Amino acid sequence: MRLTCPHCGNRGIEEFAYGGDADRRRPDGEPFGQAWMDYVYLRRNPAGAHREWWYHASGCRAWLVVTRDTTTHVVASVQEVAR
Amino acid sequence: MTDRFSIFTLLGEALSGHRGWKPQWRDPAPKPHYDVVIVGGGGHGLATAYYLASQHGIGNIAVVEKGWIGSGNVGRNTTIVRSNYLLPGNIPFYEWSLKLWEGLEQDINYNAMVSQRGVLNLYHSDGQRDAYARRGNAMRLHGVDAELLDRDAVRAKLPFLDFDNARFPIMGGLLQPRGGTVRHDAVAWGYARAADRRGVDILQNCEVTGIRIEGGRATGVETSRGFIGAGKIGLACAGNSGRVAAMAGLRLPIESHVLTAFVSEGLKPLIDCVVTFGAGHFYISQSDKGGLVFGGSIDGYNSYAQRGNLPIIEDVCEEGMALMPALGRLRMLRHWGGVMDMSMDGSPIIDRTDIGGLYLNAGWCIGGFKATPASGWCFAHLIARDEPHRVAAAYRLDRFATGRLLDEAGAGADVALH
Ligand SMILES: Cc1cc2nc3c(=O)[nH]c(=O)nc-3n(C[C@H](O)[C@H](O)[C@H](O)COP(=O)(O)OP(=O)(O)OC[C@H]3O[C@@H](n4cnc5c(N)ncnc54)[C@H](O)[C@@H]3O)c2cc1C
Ligand SMILES: [Zn+2]
Repeated sequence: MRLTCPHCGNRGIEEFAYGGDADRRRPDGEPFGQAWMDYVYLRRNPAGAHREWWYHASGCRAWLVVTRDTTTHVVASVQEVAR
Repeated sequence: MTDRFSIFTLLGEALSGHRGWKPQWRDPAPKPHYDVVIVGGGGHGLATAYYLASQHGIGNIAVVEKGWIGSGNVGRNTTIVRSNYLLPGNIPFYEWSLKLWEGLEQDINYNAMVSQRGVLNLYHSDGQRDAYARRGNAMRLHGVDAELLDRDAVRAKLPFLDFDNARFPIMGGLLQPRGGTVRHDAVAWGYARAADRRGVDILQNCEVTGIRIEGGRATGVETSRGFIGAGKIGLACAGNSGRVAAMAGLRLPIESHVLTAFVSEGLKPLIDCVVTFGAGHFYISQSDKGGLVFGGSIDGYNSYAQRGNLPIIEDVCEEGMALMPALGRLRMLRHWGGVMDMSMDGSPIIDRTDIGGLYLNAGWCIGGFKATPASGWCFAHLIARDEPHRVAAAYRLDRFATGRLLDEAGAGADVALH
């Protein structure tokens, strides 16, 4: 599997670190409850399109949002996270 | 027809040209309704059905499997069994599993090639030795066998390891002599045969596509072979747990990841136990055919692909070389992947759900094969009596909300670290 980093071009997956599901939303200021439980532990874990974090650790060190099919590893898009 | 396996039936068949062997389980058509439907014909599902029939006297059971039995992880794993855990919620469960393995072949009259050849975890630093000593003590306090070996004792057992590796010198190891290996697909076949004999219908090529819920109660499953009604439904879908649970509207503390295993060309007896490398994640044993069977970590990102990627192959081979340089002379024969149900604390779930009559068995991560008998035993107990079995009482689904996690690695909710 390879990813095309917007800065560094097409690179092997071993240069990247995985950051998991990019659609989880961190609760804002709430006490521990269902929202935190969802954020920390529960996963959609889809078979198919998955939006996920990847960090280009051995490259430009940008955080990227990749849309990838978890059944085929086909990458539909790679976007840099807006600052 | 030859019904029971023994030395006499084997000799009789050998002399009569092996014409008396019959299929080991039936291929029945689905009935409209069962008392219990188990979804997933892996080791855990088949063992559950067998113990429901043999321990709880339930007669009307089906195991519904989307492919053929043994096509999932039960036929893909590296066959290691052990009970060398640390936490009180885990040790009694895995020890019960090992005890069941010890009596399994007699119980189900099937040769599962249970081989208690020992599992040796190597340590490479003082800190790791202390951690292993602690784990060994925890095991002994629970009546589990454990021995801390020093470097010389390991060298006497396995002289060909790289003891003086500059970065990861081998200082000793924690040995569980009763650990070992079990022929994985024989476990699926043996449980299937034993369950079938007690009247369990094993429905292969029957994919569950929906779970019918009426008035807060699960009443049956939609399948590729039509609707099947059920008094109770037990999910044992391993890597596909998330997908199947989603059919009932459940979201689980689980991610699916791929784990790869490897086998080398066959060679004469070399490694007579299971050895794990403590400075990374690599383990190796030798199959009865002679191939070296080894593996390492999961690929580390969500996957349902049942195949791994090259970086892990490179990584596993590098670790193997660091442990046992002679490996470099061998050719790798093949490698394959399986989809793991990685839970957020590295421990499994055997529990009821919020939906009446729907039970969950999931989250086995990379180590659920050794758990097969106890998982089946405890899941059957839960389904039959509607209360958790004593040794599986910690495997609750709500532990993530209550904070009663069972995190052996102390790694937090990052599945790649378990
Ligand atoms: C490479 C590898 C090495 C491993 N090594 C070890 C080891 O050495 N020791 C150890 O203890 N564990 C090991 N494991 C883990 C172990 O194999 C699993 O934890 C265990 O087998 C999971 O339980 P199971 O046997 O019931 O799973 P499976 O055999 O995967 O059974 C689940 C079944 O559910 C079926 N299913 C899924 N969805 C549906 C549906 N919608 N309808 C109907 N059926 C469905 C699947 O087809 C499958 O047959 C390893 C796993 C892998 C992949
Ligand atoms: Zn980059």
